[in-house]
Amino acid sequence: MIGLPHYLTLAGIVFSIAVAGIFLNRKNVIVLLMCIELMLLAVNFNFVAFSHFLGDLSGQVFVFFILTVAAAEAAIGLAILVVLFRERRSIDVEELDTMRG
Amino acid sequence: MSSMSLAGIAIAMPEIYLLGAISLLLLVDLFLPERLRQVTYIGALGTLVLTAYVVALSAGSFGGREYGLSGMYVRDDLARLLKLVTCATVAATFLYGRDYLIARGLFKGEFFVISLLAVLGIFVMASAGSLLTMYLGIEILALSQYTLVAFDRESPVAAESAMKYFVLGAIASGMILYGISIIYGVTGTFSLGELSVGVTADLVHNVGLLFGVAFLLAGIAFKFGAVPFHMWVPDVYHGAPTAVTLFLGAAPKLAYFALIFRVLAQGLGGMSGAWDGMVTVLALLSIGLGSLVGLSQTNIKRLLAYSTIANVGFVLLGIGAGTPDGYRAALFYTITYVLMALGSFATIILLSRKGFESDRIDDFKGLARSSPWFAWMMLFLMMSTAGIPPFVGFFSKLYVLQAVVGAGHPWVAGIALVFSVIAAFYYLKIVKVMFFDEPETDAVVSGGPALRFLLSLNALATLALGFTSTALLAAIAHTIR
Repeated sequence: MIGLPHYLTLAGIVFSIAVAGIFLNRKNVIVLLMCIELMLLAVNFNFVAFSHFLGDLSGQVFVFFILTVAAAEAAIGLAILVVLFRERRSIDVEELDTMRG
Repeated sequence: MSSMSLAGIAIAMPEIYLLGAISLLLLVDLFLPERLRQVTYIGALGTLVLTAYVVALSAGSFGGREYGLSGMYVRDDLARLLKLVTCATVAATFLYGRDYLIARGLFKGEFFVISLLAVLGIFVMASAGSLLTMYLGIEILALSQYTLVAFDRESPVAAESAMKYFVLGAIASGMILYGISIIYGVTGTFSLGELSVGVTADLVHNVGLLFGVAFLLAGIAFKFGAVPFHMWVPDVYHGAPTAVTLFLGAAPKLAYFALIFRVLAQGLGGMSGAWDGMVTVLALLSIGLGSLVGLSQTNIKRLLAYSTIANVGFVLLGIGAGTPDGYRAALFYTITYVLMALGSFATIILLSRKGFESDRIDDFKGLARSSPWFAWMMLFLMMSTAGIPPFVGFFSKLYVLQAVVGAGHPWVAGIALVFSVIAAFYYLKIVKVMFFDEPETDAVVSGGPALRFLLSLNALATLALGFTSTALLAAIAHTIR
């Protein structure tokens, strides 16, 4: 029987993969955006699992809002990426270091 | 549960009005020819004035706290105060930024519309009655801020700093959400009102809840720019156009105060014993790093960014005291800091002109010779930020430290005091550069009469409020019981 701990563990693992992806990835900004998306989806897992096991619908309502915000966030992230690419002709993470201090 | 009648919606009247005005402004701006762009500018200022009027009008019963929209939304004195200060701050931002934007071809309707959307986010956060509303407010504000930073498409650094801000901000949102999900799992509710009743001191050792609170706090610290989550602050302040830096440095701080106060102090206030230590550590780290690293900066925008980190530390210190006195001191600190940050960034705008950003400390050399009046105004602002009496910055630091001592942590206050003395050095360095160095460039004060007048008023206010700080504190104190 799959219980709450299983869902939470899965969400925890996915969340960790996303965070690790953000900090280990040195190559491509698009991968960063994918990791951010993964992070939000891991949180959604948590919400749905808790909502189901608490017998309370509001957790699932929260998920709808997160999905909507994630869409808006992806749109703005990609827009910034386009501006960045126009400026640099590259989306390499390692080249994002012109400012130091 | 209140019904979804029109009367229930009325609680969000300022936000509804603001959103309507923003939509109208966006539509009008679309059909305006380039030479009539002033109309959008005037419209944006008018929107802020009218929104402030609607906020003041929606006063209802003073002192009481009303919940609406099924407890999702709250209207109280604190929300009202934060909204009014936000309107004033953003209006000042527009007035300060106008000449700068025109000189760089950035005087576009989008700047004003997006800034007003950020104001909407701040409003939603100030009135959040549930973790869901708070999250939506955070995102409305954050998405507007990312866009504003990337606003100057020609700038070589703006896109880079926007990308950094976006990625780190999204991680912060992810952490806040993860924290919220755990808190929901343990308590079964998103409502801050229910949390404030349900979360009591015997939950201090609930491991699940502590885990959730730690994630939430890390996300909040990210938003604030508190150490060790401060990496984005200097880069974003440096990379964004100065008019945008002015916006980022001032108004959103009020929203983040609402965030930490409503979620931690009100919602999870019952278990304050669990988080006050974490907040105090974040505060001390921020004050320490902000004070030390600021010493080595040559770019004044970066220097002010480290100054922000140190100042945010003081706000967190007040929250970390975990007492009503501490919260009041933190609110007082936030509001006075916003005033000082507005003035300091506006001075950079005042000295900049087309093709010249004046964002190096060296650009301030000999300002006292070319423009003694504004050198004195900058002196007032720097002295106030450094916390030197009789300026208001001294009293805001004093109240926070008093609250920390009152909460029984005199050594914490001692450490904060030592670091603020160190930080005073870099504020005084700017004063020294202005008054005692030979001018390097032929820097002249630019900017129209509105900018000059408002900046003078702003700097003089730091002095005047210093003399009336007790009355100001009393006026602010009643919003937090």
